Amino acid sequence: MELLRFTTAGSVDDGKSTLIGRLLYDSKSIFEDQIEAIEKAGRNQGKSEIDLALLTDGLRAEREQGITIDVAYRYFATPKRKFIIADTPGHIQYTRNMVTGASTANLAIILIDARNGVIEQTLRHAYIASLLQIPHIVVCINKMDLVDYDEAVYEKIKKQFESFAPKLEVRDIKFIPISALKGDNVVEPSENMPWYRGTTLMYLLENIYIKGDYNHTDARFPVQYVIRPQSEEFHDYRGYAGRIDGGIFKVGDKIKVLPSGLESKIKSIDTLNEKLDFAFAPQSVSITVEDDIDISRGDMIVKPNNLPVQSQDITAMISWFNERPLQVRGKYILRHTTNEVKCIIQEVKFKMDINSMNKNTEDKEIKMNDIGKIKIKTAKPLFFDAYRKNRNTGSFILIDDITNETVGAGMIVTDKA
Amino acid sequence: MNNYHLNHLRELEAESIFVFREVAAQFDNPVILFSGGKDSIVMFHLARKAFYPAKVPIPLLHIDTGHNFEETIKFRDNLVEKYGVKLYVGSVQKTIDEGKVREETGYNASRNVLQTTTLLDSIEEHKFDAAMGGGRRDEEKARAKERFFSHRDEFGQWDPKNQRPELWNLFNGKKRMGEHFRVFPLSNWTELDVWQYIYMEDIEIPNLYFTHKREVFERDGVLLATAPFMTLKPNEKTEILDVRCRTIGDITNTGLTRSKADNLKDIIDEIAAERTTERGQRLDDKRSETAMEDRKKEGYF
Repeated sequence: MELLRFTTAGSVDDGKSTLIGRLLYDSKSIFEDQIEAIEKAGRNQGKSEIDLALLTDGLRAEREQGITIDVAYRYFATPKRKFIIADTPGHIQYTRNMVTGASTANLAIILIDARNGVIEQTLRHAYIASLLQIPHIVVCINKMDLVDYDEAVYEKIKKQFESFAPKLEVRDIKFIPISALKGDNVVEPSENMPWYRGTTLMYLLENIYIKGDYNHTDARFPVQYVIRPQSEEFHDYRGYAGRIDGGIFKVGDKIKVLPSGLESKIKSIDTLNEKLDFAFAPQSVSITVEDDIDISRGDMIVKPNNLPVQSQDITAMISWFNERPLQVRGKYILRHTTNEVKCIIQEVKFKMDINSMNKNTEDKEIKMNDIGKIKIKTAKPLFFDAYRKNRNTGSFILIDDITNETVGAGMIVTDKA
Repeated sequence: MNNYHLNHLRELEAESIFVFREVAAQFDNPVILFSGGKDSIVMFHLARKAFYPAKVPIPLLHIDTGHNFEETIKFRDNLVEKYGVKLYVGSVQKTIDEGKVREETGYNASRNVLQTTTLLDSIEEHKFDAAMGGGRRDEEKARAKERFFSHRDEFGQWDPKNQRPELWNLFNGKKRMGEHFRVFPLSNWTELDVWQYIYMEDIEIPNLYFTHKREVFERDGVLLATAPFMTLKPNEKTEILDVRCRTIGDITNTGLTRSKADNLKDIIDEIAAERTTERGQRLDDKRSETAMEDRKKEGYF
């Protein structure tokens, strides 16, 4: 069984909670005691019908105010796949939450209300999905029951969306006309829309090809932890533990260690269960090398013929999370792979107006929920790839060194990509 | 076609191992919260994988309510001896004796809430800076909002409305003196994942999870085990039934399931067909709609 992580984006009242409720309900992932609990909560709020939104709103304040505050993770499985949904709220701190949910997703569902068509928020959702390089986007045109299941409405919205798609960097976009409330094309094919020849949403989620989503080309192994048992049996053992962020490593492969530049060969790839002949992203393994060289946390093991960029100068798109705006000339802690360095913000190139997708070079103050392009200088070199090439070696977070809060998320841009 | 692909259990495993190693690297004095239940047993198994061939470098902490199933304690002690790991025990009885908390009274008296004080005292006493728990987001609605690295202030409190954003696999464990973190490596696992993994990896678990005959009584629709410190209401009758535990906690609030499942395959079939949640059988969660959120804010597991 494979694992698919997806995120759902929609604006207020476009039926996102109903859709999630439908997926959970129809896949029998909602339990009787949960139904009882939300029925009871609904009665307390004076609602007569069962409100599936209460399934996703977990905190007291969310229920009291009828809003979603934070990303909530939901789980369901079918015989084919296990799914993790990052359910992100439509309004409060919208960008921050959607960026967070999108960072680990293979797929994004963007909901559009068929009555309203493409609106400003749709553009924002699409832009963030593209910025975060979510490999697959499914645009669900919802509430088709309220527009008489009219093909012309669907086609018009599809064209609207496609007209700005060239501005996005998305490899795979699909469209599905649905009614989350009535269940059309969610799990069961719709009898009301015989003109639609595509698959249902559930079929798509279960079958979309995701084996190509991990980078298996560029070998990257950030060293996370050094294992030294110092026991009788493993007297001189030094294992470099970590999670493979890209590519494939085989026993006998020539490797290069950054930043030292020293080269060696892979002696073994160890796990508790067995010794492996090869390992690939996203496996967590422990690697030993032939030569006795100094390797520690924060170093990166790569292959000599395929090196990441090594530099102290980084250009990146930044998404800002904190009430205190980004400070130009300000110093932050930058966490990238297993590395942590001090950095200084050199320049804001532009702020992105995500409603129009225009670059603003006049007002360049990056405030909470803003996105912009910045230049950073780090206190020591980092080893990275363009975010487009590798979502793990191309991403970083900024941490405020006084409050310790995570204040921003960065996606590295390089000249090459 | 390549075969460079992991199934869902191996992908979850890789993620959890990453979290264990990140904790070992980012914190000075982490600890694994160990209850003897299946989730903490899976946690320990993943810890062994994370640090192999070295011993698990992180000690265990058991918050002991004194109201245990005997089998759990035996299992715990065997595991500690077999793998040479250090065990700390925080005693709720001691917290009561010291007058820091008062025992609940009445039929539904439980030491569940009292555990929080013992847990926070243990964390302070041993200066643990990260306490790793087996909590899963699928368990409960407040847990669904939990981070892998969850920040706690110096009073051990959780502020769910003001959590640090957590992106990619970049975990921010920075804190001030006196603050600590709760870390949840099993965040993305479901109950079924845990059982399938136990089966796949052939992990030893206490016999309580398999069918056995036990003296039980029914209260609020939940079957509970009889024990010396449990007071029966006048209308409650005991009977001996074939039962097993779906979850193991304090004996006073662990509901038992009628079952004849004596092997992991049968248990997995039962769980897959189950129509109520795991925590639906825990009396501690039945106290109110936001029972878990309220306890978690105070510093509960």
